[in-house]
Amino acid sequence: MRKTVHKVIWGWDFDKEEAWLNEMAAKGLSLISVGLFRYDFEETDPGEYQIALELLAHGPNHPESEQYFKFLEETGVEQIGTVFRWAYYRRKTADGPFEVFSDKESRMKHLIRILWLVALVAGGNFYAGVYNLWIFHLWHNPISLLGIFSLVLCALCCWGIWKLWKKIKTLKDEGQIYE
Amino acid sequence: MTESALTEAVYYILLSLLTPMHGYGIMQNAETLSGGRVRLAAGTLYGALSTLVAKGWIENVPDGDAGRQKKYRITRLGREVLEGEWQRLGELYENGRKLLKGEDGTL
Repeated sequence: MRKTVHKVIWGWDFDKEEAWLNEMAAKGLSLISVGLFRYDFEETDPGEYQIALELLAHGPNHPESEQYFKFLEETGVEQIGTVFRWAYYRRKTADGPFEVFSDKESRMKHLIRILWLVALVAGGNFYAGVYNLWIFHLWHNPISLLGIFSLVLCALCCWGIWKLWKKIKTLKDEGQIYE
Repeated sequence: MTESALTEAVYYILLSLLTPMHGYGIMQNAETLSGGRVRLAAGTLYGALSTLVAKGWIENVPDGDAGRQKKYRITRLGREVLEGEWQRLGELYENGRKLLKGEDGTL
């Protein structure tokens, strides 16, 4: 039996998303395919799979990514699907604890990658927002009021950047003591 | 030889690659060597392997069968770095022994 859940989770909360998907897997609902804010689950034995996600360094169809997926496959990791550059994986719990990254350095690199992406989206929306509101100011063209939407999105992304920055800072501080 | 301490992951990768092996082999080897303590996650390992190849510390083993898994081995430079780190760790260990357990190791 399949079950589809629609849920809005932003990229900076990927760790919460991962935790939620693992809770579902522990209950016997393993992620089987993904879309934008859409999650499809299949019934499995409770705890049969563990889920992880990652923002890829390249697009999912880039040769680098294909090589990477092949490497993951050799370690028992099944690629469930991708949404933009986000990749979702699962692995049998019997193969041991499953994480994509096991040390601070690689975790930090991953967080910085996400931070850049969110910053790019924030910047793009800021530009679009200001530009459209300026047009509205000049021409009173109501459609240009959509610029407000862009600015709201930009503000949301800034909140995300702040959250990501805190995560990076925590890792950095720990890094002064532990590897 | 090394600029600063190697990460545990890099140390165990270099150590493993004294014998040519592929990625999954390195993961298993690091786990066995460390008595199950060190588990290299696939993403971390993949990133480290790419960096180490770029640095010239390890290299791909030419393999006629292109479709198969990539095998890696340590280079001479990598071996020098590894030996340098091994000596550094030895110094840490030795000083710890001296000060924690006393000069003659009986305290």
